[in-house]
Amino acid sequence: MYELLKDIFGNDIIAYIIGAALPLFVFILPFALFAVYLERKISAFMQDRLGPMRTGPYGLLQTIADILKLIQKEDITASETDKKFFNLAPYLVFAGSYAAFAAIPFSGMYIGSNVDVGIFFIVAISSLVVAGLLMAGWASNNKYSLLGAMRSAAQIISYEIPTVLIILTIVMVTGTLSLEKISQMQTAYFWNWMIFGGAGWGLTKFLLFPFMVVAFIIFYISSLAEVNRTPFDIPEAESELVAGYHTEYSGMKFAMFFLSEYANMFAVSAIAVTLFLGGYQSPFGYLGNTLGISWLIPIEQLFWFTSKGIFFVTIQMWLRWTLPRLRVDQLMAVCWKYLIPYAFVNLIIVGIITLL
Amino acid sequence: MSIYDVIFYLFAILTIGSGYLVVTSKNIVHSAFYLLFTLFGVAGLYVLLAADFIAIVQLMVYVGGILILLLFGVMLTNKVTDVKIRTGTIHIIPAVIGTGLLMGVIVSMMLRTNWKSEPGELPFTTTYGLGRILLTDYVLVFELLAMLLLIALIGAASIARRDNE
Repeated sequence: MYELLKDIFGNDIIAYIIGAALPLFVFILPFALFAVYLERKISAFMQDRLGPMRTGPYGLLQTIADILKLIQKEDITASETDKKFFNLAPYLVFAGSYAAFAAIPFSGMYIGSNVDVGIFFIVAISSLVVAGLLMAGWASNNKYSLLGAMRSAAQIISYEIPTVLIILTIVMVTGTLSLEKISQMQTAYFWNWMIFGGAGWGLTKFLLFPFMVVAFIIFYISSLAEVNRTPFDIPEAESELVAGYHTEYSGMKFAMFFLSEYANMFAVSAIAVTLFLGGYQSPFGYLGNTLGISWLIPIEQLFWFTSKGIFFVTIQMWLRWTLPRLRVDQLMAVCWKYLIPYAFVNLIIVGIITLL
Repeated sequence: MSIYDVIFYLFAILTIGSGYLVVTSKNIVHSAFYLLFTLFGVAGLYVLLAADFIAIVQLMVYVGGILILLLFGVMLTNKVTDVKIRTGTIHIIPAVIGTGLLMGVIVSMMLRTNWKSEPGELPFTTTYGLGRILLTDYVLVFELLAMLLLIALIGAASIARRDNE
């Protein structure tokens, strides 16, 4: 990928900068535009409404119009805010959620950085998001913002524990931290996916299957909480906290928070897909292999990866408009009293099975 | 100038600049936020030294753990956020002697150490090597640290527990 860019531009510094900006402009921005539209349409259909209909056919241009409006808006900064950090926080939050995309394998051909500690990197870099949220909440000098930021940070840190425990079970089975290698292990057909016990037809596959399903459910619940989506969206509970940590933000800075929220939604879905559902691997074998066209395979992989990811993003939206919000104490109880013990037991059982 | 030089100088400036701001800033919350950039810059320097695992652990433990705890502590403690920290200069002569001695020790260590200056073979990953060492040569230290952390965890839980339960 970088070699190609280097050939085109002749200078490796420019090539790296363009390579780093590529997923943002090619993927995240169009995805966010599409996902906001999808969310509004899904919520509308679930509530028996039509949703945006006026701008363009079926309201397709609505989010583009919204973005144009946000760009033009005046950038309001309240007089008592801490200017420096108030302006920095949205970018820090976005940097944290964008950095995760560096290690996500979109297809066999395109992975930003094929580091050997990929999944560990994603878990670690997301802590920048927490720091950014705290910065936003504190610098706004608003009690609702500060409360929202505190809740958000507490929630993300607590739910990191079950997430990491589940990642540990996967790492124990696969023996690698590299997302690329984990994807390659689940190649060919869907029964080789980690959720079905991984590749191979031994006894361990059938023993692992139920525990992998449990692991997937725990992982999905805690990843929902990590991106502050309903039913875990108390950090921005409208009825209690106005809009949480981004109450004071307007215009493009608000758009940065919005963008990073949607980028995060795809990132956690992508991690769930890579760990459990075969990553970029096709469930039914490749058309490129059947027809003997080798350049078709990476495109097919990209297609499968994004469609699996968008499928889970859609489930997140479905849950958002179905479930009520949890209370703060219920939220912590779900994490510490249920998810963490179950994840631990699951980890021990999977460990014993792997040793067999 | 290659891309690695650019990235190195970016991280070096980030580390040193924000480190300077940590000690000179008058607001304790500002100091804590600047510390975030210092720790992040150090993690970046580790990556450039091909110590990928250490870099990620640096991010995970310092940025994700200690710094967030620090911020929580500062923000939730009443009236600490309003305290102005004195950043002026006092006791110049003892300070100069102390820092001069420290500087001398560091510089002499730097000059005496036999640095590997020839470009060696960089390992692609350090995870396997680290794991093997931790569970063979340093297993006692590793287990003792785990015990220490467990004791700290139990202690924290017992302090935080309500008495009437």
